Amino acid sequence: MNIHEYQGKAILKSFGVRVQEGIVAENPEQAVEAAKKLKQDYNSDWVVIKAQIHAGGRGKGGGVKLAKNLEEVKQRAEQIIGMQLVTPQTGPEGKLVSKVLVTQDVYYPGETETKEFYVSVLLNRSTGRNIVMYSTEGGMDIEEVAEHTPHLIFKEEIDPKVGLQGFQARKIAFNLGLSGEAFKEMVKFITALYKAYEATDSSMFEINPVLKTSDNKILAVDAKVNLDENALFRHADYAAMRDLSEEDPTEVEASKSNLNYVKLDGNVGCMVNGAGLAMATMDIIKLAGGEPANFLDVGGTANAETVKAGFNIILSDPNVRAILINIFGGIVRCDRVAQGVIDAYKEIGNIPVPIIVRLQGTNAEEAKKLIDESGLKVYSAIQLKEAAALVTKVLAD
Amino acid sequence: MSVLVNKDSKVIVQGFTGNEGTYHASQMIEYGTQLVGGVTPGKGGQTHLDKPVFNTVKDAVEKTGADVSIIFVPPAFAADAIMEAAEAGIKVIVCITEGIPTKDMILVKEYISNRDCRLIGPNCPGIITADESKIGIMPGFIFKKGTVGVVSKSGTLTYEAVDQVVKAGLGITTAVGIGGDPIIGTTTKEAVELLMNDPETHGIIMIGEIGGGMEAEAALWIKENGTKPVVGFIAGQTAPPGRRMGHAGAIVGGADDTAAAKMKIMRECGIRVVESPAEIGAAMAEELSK
Repeated sequence: MNIHEYQGKAILKSFGVRVQEGIVAENPEQAVEAAKKLKQDYNSDWVVIKAQIHAGGRGKGGGVKLAKNLEEVKQRAEQIIGMQLVTPQTGPEGKLVSKVLVTQDVYYPGETETKEFYVSVLLNRSTGRNIVMYSTEGGMDIEEVAEHTPHLIFKEEIDPKVGLQGFQARKIAFNLGLSGEAFKEMVKFITALYKAYEATDSSMFEINPVLKTSDNKILAVDAKVNLDENALFRHADYAAMRDLSEEDPTEVEASKSNLNYVKLDGNVGCMVNGAGLAMATMDIIKLAGGEPANFLDVGGTANAETVKAGFNIILSDPNVRAILINIFGGIVRCDRVAQGVIDAYKEIGNIPVPIIVRLQGTNAEEAKKLIDESGLKVYSAIQLKEAAALVTKVLAD
Repeated sequence: MSVLVNKDSKVIVQGFTGNEGTYHASQMIEYGTQLVGGVTPGKGGQTHLDKPVFNTVKDAVEKTGADVSIIFVPPAFAADAIMEAAEAGIKVIVCITEGIPTKDMILVKEYISNRDCRLIGPNCPGIITADESKIGIMPGFIFKKGTVGVVSKSGTLTYEAVDQVVKAGLGITTAVGIGGDPIIGTTTKEAVELLMNDPETHGIIMIGEIGGGMEAEAALWIKENGTKPVVGFIAGQTAPPGRRMGHAGAIVGGADDTAAAKMKIMRECGIRVVESPAEIGAAMAEELSK
């Protein structure tokens, strides 16, 4: 589960990780108040106004702005709050900004140069262990660093028996070229960061940049925190941080019916039991000359209710020109699913697009008979190949 | 022969008396699996489905000689259940549970790494040796005895492939559903290796999906050690980057874990890769008749 920067920073701070301080504002007046408080508490003359959306690349889209006085704070906040922010990660339609984080300026001049680093914590799937990944090239897109200067990216694997050890934190700080006070600060930073990662059941931390300030403090300027959804049952406080306005409304609706739905851009909707078969069905649609309009896994309990909810969700997408239902009955009985399709069809009334139903496995023959005799405009198939041919056919009609 | 489990496997169910445990245990008994009992803490001494219930896996192993366990315990307690099975000396641990926190699985992987056991899953349909032993939730009736082994990350897609294989006039030795989570006990490569060394298995179907590097690892192993035809399919060719597609591990991260990248490396290693999941059975039949 993704959370906002301000939420991620609050979590980090609660584990002793130093962060760039900030205050959330939902309108320009609150932003001005926040700036005054940051001046008072941290003597920050300038502030940075940062759009709070669940996507990276906010600066490139104009969602991060420096303000040098209260008049500028008001202006910038007016610009950013309510804007449709487009970044490389939001898609062309962008995302509505309803909150900003007003933060202290941490790039103030001082005795030494400031320096930006990159630090992330994540699972190395091939070893089944967590790693701290870090680089001297902070503030940049890490994918670009990996492509052009891979030797500047370092990895430290953590032994799950003992967790991150002191020597590892020191190695990281040394590899980042630090010494003196900044070195000690980095060791503390990394140690606290890893502790937070473990304690919060996170699936990724990405801190980019980690800043060494001109007075040798180490702090997180940004915080991308991704929590393991499977572990939220033991973190009710973090589960409450979920921001539904950041998610696709149809996907939120689907999850209420226990359907696993992901909206895509194509013209053929699909409803499938099982995630692997659902992905394979999307591939079939493509090979048959269509483009999948969604991923939809109805899980192990496909019945009239779930089928109806699935229909409604798929049909809410105006691009859908056909629907392919692909169920491999195991525990799920095909005749029941077929009856569910017929009932849902009758209840919804006139479904404006052709429907192809492919039911295979337990009671598949009975299911096909039910569909064929229902008198509804539904194409039925038993073999996957037949279903694919039907997709091609209805798209050509 | 066959791999991992056969008609002599003595199976217990952890989470025996729960809804899922009860339903699938009775299905397994019906299939002919030698189910010798189950574990539900606090219900030891009772009888369920005419089989004894034990408080601990250790008790069950001592009294029944069980060597295989299947786990239907809820996600919050599943890691504990796996470790209990490993500690009690179970040799093959099949974990069906979906939704176990990753942090728990990191510890489980570490815990079992120096114990003499093999974990299948979690978040998997289980393992079946056709006509001998079903230790999972798959529809048993589609599995007919034959010479094709199957390794797959997905449940229903496995059934799809098996059904095609059977309809093509072939049959199955053992099908292993390895699971769709980021951390699983048995990798694609390990399962392929077991099937490659099984004399009864003449061909192998390897079904993967987007995310992770397991298919590539298996492909490279096959290139060096393969002695039988392998047919491969990767689900998720049309999946957009960065989105989780149902399975927690099914997310395209870097360029190497896309379906296209995996299919390319599999082809380069001599695997017959099919573009369409509808072609899996036919491709296997063709390879075996060569």
